[in-house]
Amino acid sequence: MKIHEYQGKELLKKFGVVVPRGVFCPTVDDAVKAAESLGGKVWVVKAQIHAGGRGKGGGVKVAKSLDEVRQYASQILGMQLVTHQTGPAGQKVRRLLIEEGADIRKEYYVAALTDRTTQKVAMMASSEGGMDIEKVAHDTPEKILKVFIDPVDGLSDAQATELAVGIGVPAESVAQAVATLQGLYRCYMETDASLAEINPLILEGNGNIKAIDAKFNFDSNSLYRQPEIMAFRDLDEEDADELEASKHDLSYISLDGNIGCLVNGAGLAMATMDTIKLFGAEPANFLDVGGGATTEKVTEAFKIMLKNPKVKGILVNIFGGIMRCDTIATGVVAAARETHLAVPLVVRMKGTNEDIGKKILGESGLPIITADSMADAATKIVAAVS
Amino acid sequence: MSILINKDTKIITQGITGKTGQFHTEKCQEYANGKNCFVAGVNPKKAGESIFGIPIYGSVKEAAAQTGATVSVIYVPPPGAAAAIWEAVEADLDLVVCITEGIPVRDMLVVRNKMLRKEAAGGKKTLLLGPNCPGLITPDEVKIGIMPGHIHRKGRIGVVSRSGTLTYEAVGQLTEIGLGQSSAVGTGGDPINGLKHIDIMRLFNDDPETDAVIMIGEIGGPDEADAAQWCKANMKKPIVGFIAGVTAPAGKRMGHAGALISGGADTADAKLAIMEECGFKVTRDPSEMGKLIKAMI
Repeated sequence: MKIHEYQGKELLKKFGVVVPRGVFCPTVDDAVKAAESLGGKVWVVKAQIHAGGRGKGGGVKVAKSLDEVRQYASQILGMQLVTHQTGPAGQKVRRLLIEEGADIRKEYYVAALTDRTTQKVAMMASSEGGMDIEKVAHDTPEKILKVFIDPVDGLSDAQATELAVGIGVPAESVAQAVATLQGLYRCYMETDASLAEINPLILEGNGNIKAIDAKFNFDSNSLYRQPEIMAFRDLDEEDADELEASKHDLSYISLDGNIGCLVNGAGLAMATMDTIKLFGAEPANFLDVGGGATTEKVTEAFKIMLKNPKVKGILVNIFGGIMRCDTIATGVVAAARETHLAVPLVVRMKGTNEDIGKKILGESGLPIITADSMADAATKIVAAVS
Repeated sequence: MSILINKDTKIITQGITGKTGQFHTEKCQEYANGKNCFVAGVNPKKAGESIFGIPIYGSVKEAAAQTGATVSVIYVPPPGAAAAIWEAVEADLDLVVCITEGIPVRDMLVVRNKMLRKEAAGGKKTLLLGPNCPGLITPDEVKIGIMPGHIHRKGRIGVVSRSGTLTYEAVGQLTEIGLGQSSAVGTGGDPINGLKHIDIMRLFNDDPETDAVIMIGEIGGPDEADAAQWCKANMKKPIVGFIAGVTAPAGKRMGHAGALISGGADTADAKLAIMEECGFKVTRDPSEMGKLIKAMI
């Protein structure tokens, strides 16, 4: 789960990381009032959406008067902000953050994430702040420093100092940088984050260290014990169909193709999508119905797939283990009836009670095409939609 | 032989009294030598009772001491699952199989690092399979986990995968064309786990009753590439490889918490290329896994 920058900064502040003074604003008038109350001569107007790359897309502007604050806030609020992470349609801006300006002497990059290879928390830092870090990693990997943290020990003073000195923080600011890194690490652990990134972390003219941006991602397995993080959830930023699916305990992701697929198990679901592509079409979605699919769940899955107007056919691929093929077949027939299915449907089922399942499909009177292997199923659905 | 488990393995079930634990314990008992293999359950509140004829003990340590069990399987719900793993490690078991899906990643990080410390300090090394995995099976001997037993058949092909149903798919194909399995192992879909592809490939390589292996992977993480590099230098047996997720977009979690492309190196295409370069017979058509292995032996 992702959160907004202003929420991320609230979290960081609790762990001792210094952030600019700022106010979250839902309207243009609020933005102007916020700038007035913050005082000073320079303000930053920042679009709050979950995607990165907001600056390049025109979602972050520096205002040098209250009139400019009003002008930029009006421009940004309500715009469809397109960044490299939003897709071509962009994301509507519904919220703003108004912040005091900062006196930037130098920009750094710092981030914490879980490293699968070492099974430790990796803390990364770079002198190349404010840039696209993937580009830095690709072009000049030596400019990204990493330390690996055993969660039983935490981030030691020595490790944090190694990073701060390594990215060129001046001697008089190292202590503040160390405190910032340790705050970031504690914040990462205590909130069950899967990514916590500050880009840029700045050195101000007066030597202070400040977090100018905050990007967080959280482990969805841990949300049950993070009520504060759950309260930050912004449903406007999430895909409506994926959200609906999650309510029914279905794992669904929409894609660009025209063949809907319903599968049990994440690995088999991906393999089914790949087989569709291999045989000449593109999958419209990833959909894992999980281990305990009931008739209701299968019906909901059909409804969600069929909401996508691009879907021209459906492929159901079930390996019946604990979940029996006859249960799934009953569910598929009921779902096809309830949704008045008007697109071709190919069903491939293997495993427990396969024969009874096929019989149920055959006797339903519905035009269901059955298939024996994944390749056979893909061939049939591709032929049916073309 | 076989790898990790056989008909003589003695097993403790942690979470035996929960709904999932009960359901699968009964199925595991019914399979092959299961009646003799599943010797103990653990639940501190129900110590002294029994379920399906299996005695329940107050702790893993006590269950192991009383029954001689060396393996445990965990169905404990996510909030307590990492603690259940640690309890089994502290009881010095040989192998812990964690089926539980949805364990907080931080809990897994902490328990994995505690396990490494224990080994580094000279303590007994306990192997962990999973979490979020289907378990493992040695056909006609014993099954530990949630896979459907009846699709398996005893034989000489090893199968390893992260995913459950994709493992069953491979096993189903093998059985259908008359090839049995030595063991089939699911390593699980989580980013922080125990045994990885490389560990299972090592075991299959050393197992005189395994002739060839189907290795199945998916997007996300370095496991499959690491295993492929090891196999290039060491593996003496033919391998068929498949990676799921060629069509998966970057940055989207495909069901499994670990199935998330995070860079250029962990896409399906990149992994397939490395496996091919390392001498695997790779396929992009998962319907072919069984046929390809048959042609190689």
